Amino acid sequence: MERHFDEELKGLHKDILKMAVMAQEAIFKSIEALKTRNKLQAEEVINNDDRVDKLELEIDEKCIDLIARHQPMAGDLRFIATGMKINAELERIADLAVDISQRVLELIDKPVLKPLIDIPKLSIVAQDMVRDAINAFVEKDVELAKKVVLSDPQADKLRNMVQEELINDYMAKDPGSAPRAVLLLLIARHLERICDHTTNIAEDVIYMVGGKVVKHHPEELS
Amino acid sequence: MSKIITKGLDLWYSDFHALKGINSSFSANRITAIIGPSGCGKSTMLRVFNRMNDLIEGVRTKGEVLIGKANILDPRTDLVSLRRNVGMVFQRPNPFPLSIYENIIFGEKIHSNGRARNKLDGIVEKSLKSVLLWDELKNKLHSPALRLSLEQRQRLCIARLIAVKPDILLMDEPCSALDPQATARIEELMRELKNNYTIIIVTHNMQQAARVSDDTGFMLLGELIEFGGTQEIFTAPGDKRTEDYITGRYG
Repeated sequence: MERHFDEELKGLHKDILKMAVMAQEAIFKSIEALKTRNKLQAEEVINNDDRVDKLELEIDEKCIDLIARHQPMAGDLRFIATGMKINAELERIADLAVDISQRVLELIDKPVLKPLIDIPKLSIVAQDMVRDAINAFVEKDVELAKKVVLSDPQADKLRNMVQEELINDYMAKDPGSAPRAVLLLLIARHLERICDHTTNIAEDVIYMVGGKVVKHHPEELS
Repeated sequence: MSKIITKGLDLWYSDFHALKGINSSFSANRITAIIGPSGCGKSTMLRVFNRMNDLIEGVRTKGEVLIGKANILDPRTDLVSLRRNVGMVFQRPNPFPLSIYENIIFGEKIHSNGRARNKLDGIVEKSLKSVLLWDELKNKLHSPALRLSLEQRQRLCIARLIAVKPDILLMDEPCSALDPQATARIEELMRELKNNYTIIIVTHNMQQAARVSDDTGFMLLGELIEFGGTQEIFTAPGDKRTEDYITGRYG
């Protein structure tokens, strides 16, 4: 039986997807801005963040309204509850893209410290994870969500590689490189945090689909 | 600890197979809700537990319903003593057209051979206190019960059961005639009572089942489809039919 409620749930789904696309775009543009040293693109990410924040509030309001009016149960309840959490994670992801863009603006006027190798690799991992987590949400695909969760250690490893290289090969040898090295290190840190929030989304998707809690229970993933 | 266990319970109203192979276990000092669409057998199951269905012509049962060690479906079961132990609260509060006092001691009079007045006074006070009516009614114990509000009448009916010291309270839609505030207060009372009694409630009100019960059973077409912790049933039910019913897709 089709319910009027289903229409409203579809609307919420669409909004969360819109939020996801905005967050994805913000990451992509902030990374492009870093690679091409594009000031305008970095500024665009920063300026767009108001739209993301506005949509976050709208989605929250919609979720609260649906809970109040429909007292959802079972799958409906899991969808709305995880929708609220995914919404918050996406907003944080977009904020981290803003952080990256701000670091890019600080780097742009300084000479290039080193060719970027591991940071672009890390950014690819982050973008793949975000894409897969969103697809897992759309397709209700638990296996894809698990894959996202299991990708997170790769991001941690790349962040550590970037950190070690910047400290040992640059800051330790030439203290003058520190201002630029710290900015790159922060960018790696922001990317790794994006992966953490994406992992949360994937864990939420697993709960949403089958009611299984895997957060803080990695053994439940197998 | 299980208070009521059903094993392969079947019930027929003449040719109609109303309960089909029900295996279940109801825990002591917990509230268990039985939910399901109209005609699914939930009230029938409730009425099995104190053999109220015996009053309907053409009823046949098979299987076992164990309360303590006894199978209460055994024809030798003492029904008066069973119904003292397993009391029932109905949809519409149904006090007798007697005084408040007389309503409460009515059962006691049937189940005992006459007691001293002060003993009966004690039972009335204790029963009314346990349903939180004593303070409101202690000065009008001899006024007609039918003058009470619906909520007070329902509380009185519960007090009337408690007076005969049952173990198990069966409640068939006990709040359906009450407004939301009175419903909330009866639910609070149920939470108080579960410390001393095992409560089984049949309800159409899903939110009520979710709010008040510890365990929930979902019935459909005479079968017990799913039985488990209320939190699990209402957040992540295992059976699609349960999911469809509690999310309003059934039909």
